[in-house]
Amino acid sequence: MGRITLDKVTKSFGATEVIPPLDLTIEDGEFAVFVGPSGCGKSTLLRLIAGLEDVTSGTIRIDGEDATMVPPAKRGLAMVFQSYALYPHMSVRKNIAFPLRMAKMAQDEIDRRVQGAASVLNLTDYLDRRPGQLSGGQRQRVAIGRAIVREPAAFLFDEPLSNLDAALRVGMRLEISELHKRLATTMIYVTHDQVEAMTMADKIVVLRAGHIEQVGSPLELYREPRNLFVAGFIGSPKMNFIEGAEAAKHGAHTIGIRPEHIAVSESEGAWSGRVGVSEHLGSDTFFHIHDTGLAETITVRADGEVGFRHGDRIHLTPRDDVVHKFDAKGLRIA
Amino acid sequence: MATKASRSAARVMMAPAVILLLGWMLVPLIMTLWFSVRTYLPLRGGDLGFAGIDNYIRFLTSSAFWPAVVATLTIVVGALLITVVFGVLLAILLDQPMWGQGIVRILVIAPFFVMPTVSGLVWKNMFLDSVNGLFAHVFKFFGATPVEWMIDKPFFSIILIVSWQWLPFATLILLTAIQSLDSEQLEAAEMDGAPPLKRFWFITIPHLSRAITVVLLIETIFLLSIFAEIFVTTAGAFGTKTLTYLIFQRVLESQNVGLGSAGGVYAIILANIVAFFLMRIVGKNLDA
Repeated sequence: MGRITLDKVTKSFGATEVIPPLDLTIEDGEFAVFVGPSGCGKSTLLRLIAGLEDVTSGTIRIDGEDATMVPPAKRGLAMVFQSYALYPHMSVRKNIAFPLRMAKMAQDEIDRRVQGAASVLNLTDYLDRRPGQLSGGQRQRVAIGRAIVREPAAFLFDEPLSNLDAALRVGMRLEISELHKRLATTMIYVTHDQVEAMTMADKIVVLRAGHIEQVGSPLELYREPRNLFVAGFIGSPKMNFIEGAEAAKHGAHTIGIRPEHIAVSESEGAWSGRVGVSEHLGSDTFFHIHDTGLAETITVRADGEVGFRHGDRIHLTPRDDVVHKFDAKGLRIA
Repeated sequence: MATKASRSAARVMMAPAVILLLGWMLVPLIMTLWFSVRTYLPLRGGDLGFAGIDNYIRFLTSSAFWPAVVATLTIVVGALLITVVFGVLLAILLDQPMWGQGIVRILVIAPFFVMPTVSGLVWKNMFLDSVNGLFAHVFKFFGATPVEWMIDKPFFSIILIVSWQWLPFATLILLTAIQSLDSEQLEAAEMDGAPPLKRFWFITIPHLSRAITVVLLIETIFLLSIFAEIFVTTAGAFGTKTLTYLIFQRVLESQNVGLGSAGGVYAIILANIVAFFLMRIVGKNLDA
């Protein structure tokens, strides 16, 4: 069980309020991702839940019990750190066994659990190595192993993939998702990478300056971003924002249209512009269109085989049913 | 230094420094070895010819030899224990954020800048003196009889003085090591359910092991040859005659250079034995 409830939680460092009053519920078994630009307070929020920082006011409940003043070790949570925080002088086996040893568990039970975790994470051959002799991905798995042997109520991940190279990151992303499906334990995952958030989460919590901007499933956030910030943050490439006369036509202050919702054509379309940089990914091509008179650049996604050249004049047509409308305050107009 | 030419050029250019250093070491060493096999009494006829291993036998069979070895080791081990244990504790204390951190750190290092002779005299006359010393005043204030530190507790006194001098060094090295400890490791251990003392034992101490090794090795080298502290305090009395002091007495007080030189060779051997065991015990911390 691992239902985590934050009730009017605040955190200040001296006079600086990092987290203004915040309410949030994470259901048992849910994979929740805190996402936001750096410095938005997402790591602080995770550390508050972990108990590594004290809340300034408010209540944290784990499974309905007040855990606000409970020390980190007693909260039944396990954390995977950005730097992995493995103990460099201990073997992999001892690293994974450390929390069990601290809990004074019987040696045969410790061995059994370490073996179990090692086989789940493909670490069996590395149990007697030191962390320094492992690759980044293996270290990451040891850190996860150290977390799962405790059989915690919830896992906390603090940007665990940011130190890995791109290929490994994709692989570990799948492994963590797979682990979540198998263990069905609550996981809270902090990242600044919206792709990680979109691919892994059951529930995304978008944060800015300590405020929750929106909470929802990945597709809810993609389809109905509540404001300009979420609209711009979720989705890659970024949503195009258009103000002025074109927006007024839709009865809005700003309209947003995603690059994948604009059709390109050589001959005809609602808007026209000049092709700037094209990014060819093989499967897709992203065109950056200038001189449309709407915004400085409009990004458009086209099929990978579409071959416009730098400087070509092309025509664009947005799909009217997926145009997002925002008022002067940046809030979504339903 | 990639090419053959640059490698040989480097050798040529380093040669003067290497030769100078080698000469610096070898000349005194060879002179010591030479004198140790001569009967050389500067005030009683000068160099009186070849003595074979007589000097070595006489030095070793002298009743002062083994007590001197024991005294040397007592002081070295005592000072090492105190400086490492208190060095670790002080380093942890100084690592805590506090007001006036910079000034406190400079003050902690200060004893290291005091010359051994001066610190020996200051301790002897201002702290440990049984009439006028600070400790004597404290004892009298509480109605106790002041201790004759230099006479009743000569080893304790000398170890105290030496430790006071070397504690800053140990603290400084250990402090830099503690500052490089990843705070996430301590937090991970905290989440793993390790209380503060266990975090200290399982995380901090292993992290410091290499720095402790360095402190032990460097301090041993210097502590084996302490002289000034003994010269100005007990002058070798009350059993505090170390090997270094014994050699000094043989050469300068007995005016027997040959015998002293033989003692010097024993001191080299002793230093190597100590270094060997030290490397065996702690050396595994230096690799990996």
